[in-house]
Amino acid sequence: MNRKLVAAVLLAAFAGATAMPASAQEKVLRVVPHSNLSILDPIWTTQYMARNHGYMIYDTLFGTDEKSRIQPQMVDKWTVSPDNRLWTFTLRDGLEFHDGKPVTGEDVVASIARWGKRDAMGQKLMTFVDRMDSPGPSTFRIFLREACGFVLEALGKPSSNVPFIMPKRVAETDAFKQIDDYIGSGPYIFKRDEFKPGDKAVYVKNAKYKPRKEKPSGTAGGKFVYVDRVEWNLALRDAQAQVNALAKGEIDVLERPAFESYEQLKKADGVILVTKDPLGFQYMGRFNHLHPPFNNPKIRQAALAAMQQEPFLRAQVGVKEFYKPCPSMFTCGSPYGSAKGSDIQSKSNMKKAQELLKASGYDGTPVVILKPTDLAAIQKLPDVAAQLLRQAGFKVDLQAMDWNTVVSRRAKKEPPAQGGWNIFLTAWVAPDIWNPLTNAAVGADGEKSWFGWPKDEQIEKLRDQFARETNDGKKKALAEAIQARAFEVGTHAPLGEYVNPLATRKNISGWVIGPGDIYWNVKKN
Amino acid sequence: MYRFILRRLLSTIPVLLIVAVLVFLVLRLTPGDPAAILAGDAASSEQIAEIRKDLGLDRSIAVQFGIWAQNLLRGEFGHSYFYKMEVTQLIGQRIEPTLALATLTILIAVAVSIPLGVIAAWRFGGWFDRALMGFSVLGFSVPVFVLAYILIWIVSLKLGWFPVQGYKRIADGFWPFLHHLVLPAITLSVIYIALIARVTRASVLEALGEDYIRTARAKGLPEARVLMRHALANAAVPIATVIGIGIALLIGGVVVTESVYAIPGLGRLTVDAVLARDFPTVQAVILLFSFAYVVINLLVDLSYVVFDPRIRY
Repeated sequence: MNRKLVAAVLLAAFAGATAMPASAQEKVLRVVPHSNLSILDPIWTTQYMARNHGYMIYDTLFGTDEKSRIQPQMVDKWTVSPDNRLWTFTLRDGLEFHDGKPVTGEDVVASIARWGKRDAMGQKLMTFVDRMDSPGPSTFRIFLREACGFVLEALGKPSSNVPFIMPKRVAETDAFKQIDDYIGSGPYIFKRDEFKPGDKAVYVKNAKYKPRKEKPSGTAGGKFVYVDRVEWNLALRDAQAQVNALAKGEIDVLERPAFESYEQLKKADGVILVTKDPLGFQYMGRFNHLHPPFNNPKIRQAALAAMQQEPFLRAQVGVKEFYKPCPSMFTCGSPYGSAKGSDIQSKSNMKKAQELLKASGYDGTPVVILKPTDLAAIQKLPDVAAQLLRQAGFKVDLQAMDWNTVVSRRAKKEPPAQGGWNIFLTAWVAPDIWNPLTNAAVGADGEKSWFGWPKDEQIEKLRDQFARETNDGKKKALAEAIQARAFEVGTHAPLGEYVNPLATRKNISGWVIGPGDIYWNVKKN
Repeated sequence: MYRFILRRLLSTIPVLLIVAVLVFLVLRLTPGDPAAILAGDAASSEQIAEIRKDLGLDRSIAVQFGIWAQNLLRGEFGHSYFYKMEVTQLIGQRIEPTLALATLTILIAVAVSIPLGVIAAWRFGGWFDRALMGFSVLGFSVPVFVLAYILIWIVSLKLGWFPVQGYKRIADGFWPFLHHLVLPAITLSVIYIALIARVTRASVLEALGEDYIRTARAKGLPEARVLMRHALANAAVPIATVIGIGIALLIGGVVVTESVYAIPGLGRLTVDAVLARDFPTVQAVILLFSFAYVVINLLVDLSYVVFDPRIRY
């Protein structure tokens, strides 16, 4: 009797332990994203994790397809007045927020207004906007003071800050305060009750979402959802532990593996690599134009000549198939990618750099390079920069610190001896730099510009013309002129491009090609 | 006794005050600006300045300290800059994994190390004693992360017995909880096994040379009783001390283990908060750690009364 009882208890316990709860039958995509998710307002910050969170739960008016073309997303149709000053948009039918309320033109107007206060391209657009209104529930209009050539590019921009559409009550939040209501109309719903910062973020399928009929492409096309739930594992950040977890099948997707991990991942059973973002990233070295020695354009030219791209790419990426030198400041392979004016860097060599430096009147002022020691994705770049600059004849002071100190230091306008800097290095995703308005590094409006604060009236004039131009051919010519001038004044040094393929289990498919880390159309078999 | 406890508890107040001031100042004087980190890579200087103002970081350090101290007296630890969440809530989410890991680690360490130390002392100079001493040296020398990777490779990847990463809350079921915690706890316990076993061996060895042991043996008591009842009981005070130190050290020691095994505990939270310059979170966590340290030391002191009746407070 006792034995039977014990057996029954054991059986029950075993059954209890092995029985799959209903929720476990769901298709769950377990993802290790490239970083931690801390801020949930993709308009308030430019952090890529906030942007990716935004793509999960919000929808956009326009998207950018894999060929970098702007395509309608929430918008069904639109018209432009003959003078290009009145833009009228109609939303497609069936758009609904997660709380069941329809998406209206008023929601759109409020969302664009908030985004226009934060995003650099949005701010530029707002300088042209006279007013916006919503004459009907599914219509909104943008009235421009004068015609400009980037309305759709701005509304469909794929990277930070993306003009996500939020309910009016949320979008009316002060642009300088974070939102605390995460209702969107996108393909996934954020499970706020399951969000544990530094641990996990959970998104469930939005069953009411009506995708477009077109094939998914980049951030455009149909956002079809084939899994019930996406879980972002925010705790798993050790590179080796990530590889182990993927190899053992404890996670499904590793968004951005360390380059050192690829050999191991290629050999792991059941794991494949997917290059879903062929345009990838660009490395960049930024000069501080405020202080010696880089307040002298001739010295910046010498540095540009010394900073050949191949050594940076070889040291940092290492895997030949994942990188390529690119002479353009605007992402090679994108519409404005061009070699115009890049000879000073792309057709230069160390001998020329040494000659240029000698002729520049360089007085031996040390170049302070900020080196982040904790950011594997870029931590070798400063060493390469230091070595190349030393070879050219510069005196270099390589200062090691954590990335967040770099982020703080680079915002300082003081001289290097008082906590400032001369060069820092970073990486950009392609959409952030692929045109003269999104590429913060070519902005040259002095102290209003991005860190480094170059000042050049000619560049600013050309950028202004670019913003106003509506003809594609002329825009391309202007982009080339801007780039040529940027190389001439040495705003920064592009240091080559690379891709960072994601690693995934073989049973995961349907990856959408294009910019961004997006999880619609992904299937788990 | 009660007066002793009260006195010790009261003495934590100046300790915590000193810690609070030091942590506050060190964080403010360390390079790094939370506003720049929050703003993201493409943010302008104006955007960063707005955020700095919003967080109150544009005020003088003295004013910031005054506000923080005032809130602290009301029992408010403030809001995390990064997570838009009260720091106490954040700590509440993270305390379970760390407590669970620390508890299981100490349980394993004590359960394994004390018998090992006693046997080594009993068989002093023999192969077991030498092997244990060798293991102790190894246990001290091998970094936790190296041991973690080796264990993961063998036990998880090759044998498939345990998951390679992650944590399950006890509310998700005791077996999944234990299944995820055993390997990290074993990893972390090795250094404590080495430490406690060595101290146990030395203490028991010393006790075994005492007259009362000879007397016990002369009375014909079984050897096990001599060892456990007479030798180990008399050697307990230094062992309790080292276990106490071990528990206190564990607070810092969990950081690496939590990183390698992706356990969302206080160790990871502290590292993340320090790197992100999340001042309110760092301040609260350090205060919590300091308080825990003081309480553990008090408990160790009180345990002496149990182990040695001659000690009275």
